[in-house]
Amino acid sequence: MSVRLIRRKIVNAVMLALTGLCTLITASTLLVILGYLVFNGASSIDWNFFTRLPLSPGETGGGMANAIVGSFQILFLAAALGIPLGVAAGIYLAEFSPNSVFSFFVRYTADLLNGVPSIVVGIVAWSVVVVPMKRFSALSGGLALAMMLIPITVRTTEQFLKDVPVSMREGALALGASRWRAVATVVVPAASAGILTGVILGVARIAGETAPLLFTALNNQFWAKGWREPIASLPVMIYTHAISPYEDWHRQAWAAGLVLLALVLFANIAARFILSRGTHAQRG
Amino acid sequence: MSAAPESRVRSAIPAQTLPQAVDGGQADSRPIKLKATGIDFFYGAFQALHDVSIDFFENRITALIGPSGCGKSTFIRNLNRINETIRGARCEGEILLDGENIRDIDVTQLRRRVGMVFQRPNPFPKSIFDNVAYGVKVNGLARGKRAIEEKVENSLRRAALWDEVNDKLHKSAYALSGGQQQRLCIARALAVDPHVLLLDEPCSALDPIATGKIEDLLFTLKDQCTMVIVTHNMQQAARVSDYTGFFLLGKLIEFNKTGVIFRTPAQKETEDYITGRFG
Repeated sequence: MSVRLIRRKIVNAVMLALTGLCTLITASTLLVILGYLVFNGASSIDWNFFTRLPLSPGETGGGMANAIVGSFQILFLAAALGIPLGVAAGIYLAEFSPNSVFSFFVRYTADLLNGVPSIVVGIVAWSVVVVPMKRFSALSGGLALAMMLIPITVRTTEQFLKDVPVSMREGALALGASRWRAVATVVVPAASAGILTGVILGVARIAGETAPLLFTALNNQFWAKGWREPIASLPVMIYTHAISPYEDWHRQAWAAGLVLLALVLFANIAARFILSRGTHAQRG
Repeated sequence: MSAAPESRVRSAIPAQTLPQAVDGGQADSRPIKLKATGIDFFYGAFQALHDVSIDFFENRITALIGPSGCGKSTFIRNLNRINETIRGARCEGEILLDGENIRDIDVTQLRRRVGMVFQRPNPFPKSIFDNVAYGVKVNGLARGKRAIEEKVENSLRRAALWDEVNDKLHKSAYALSGGQQQRLCIARALAVDPHVLLLDEPCSALDPIATGKIEDLLFTLKDQCTMVIVTHNMQQAARVSDYTGFFLLGKLIEFNKTGVIFRTPAQKETEDYITGRFG
């Protein structure tokens, strides 16, 4: 064997090992986080955690029922505002005006908005909603998260619509459908699995956001009495419990982290499942 | 060159199998259904068609042949104005449907009257039933469940597909074979009762047996509508069509009865093409 060939074999082996190692590190990060959360938090998860309100420091027991429900309330609000807006804008960009200057501007704005630090989104929501209303509220929290959800939804919707073959649109138009009818009854349904997946992933992403909620939804040790009240959420609850000096609260924070991560993981798995079924159906 | 299936009666080119009714260059006894005059077509700055004029006679099949990129598909895509959906596309000249300028007809109405079947089967991601019912519903051609069901069955029968799918109407259209999907697309187009049916290389993605079925189907549909078929398969043009137009580099080189084109073409280019000297 020539020296050159030996060198090539060695380089090949080293590079393979290096990339393999990096892959392993990447994958194990998630496992380490998960393991850490389970190790520190699993013991605090019990029935009370899901059904009871937080207790004052010093008292043991209590739970985060209000934060779990509160998180869902804020996410519901964000989704109700962000998804219709984002999907509609995505449809416009992909189907009705893909090449206009206006669309270019919107697309660019969406990408920039996607990169705005979440704390800045929080400040904006605070000054636009909290200050005029003179109160922290679930409403302002939902609005802040909606601002983060919209650009994600716009871009994923647009992308999945663009992946629908042109022949599908032409097929509908050639049968005498108007453009809107073709989009609504053929193109969007053809991309629905993808759009739904994108939306779920977007919601999962904002579910863990803390910064936009810190000075909008604030926090609440009790049940919120309405959308105009401050409301508890898992991320903020984790934050306040983790920086507290109480051992018992720390354990609760770990448990809340574990629950939040489980919810996000579940959403991701659901999204993948929907996407794989959607594409499967198209292949027949 | 692909061989035609042997079992088929109307096989390849030999002159004696050409339609007997067509000889001589006289005008057809049928009225002109669709009349294109002086069509120039541009993709942006590129001119894809140069001054193309063709008369399509009612209840006749007209084949457009020519090498890839000669503009034959581009041409028929103007007949139902589907080319308008392409950005930067521009069509000049006049196209009359029953004497009426197609630009003056509402585009959705035009496309109901001038149906189209595409190169690759493009069923919607819906059930077989919903695919066929789509145009019926969009155009409001039948009201009520029963009426729509009748329309769907009727269309599938006309496309010779009913016997193969009547027990799985509510299954996904993607479960069908390529040839069945293409006949489904024909059924879908027929469901809105078009007067003209444009077929853009409808068999190019199909095997010879599926191709044979589609060709047989075209014969049975002849008395129901006027058809224009783009094909790069010359045997197919010879088998199915009454008239043939030969395109080359965006120009209509020759147009005549199919028998004339294949037996005594007037132009050197046509002869070279049909004898396989190029293309």
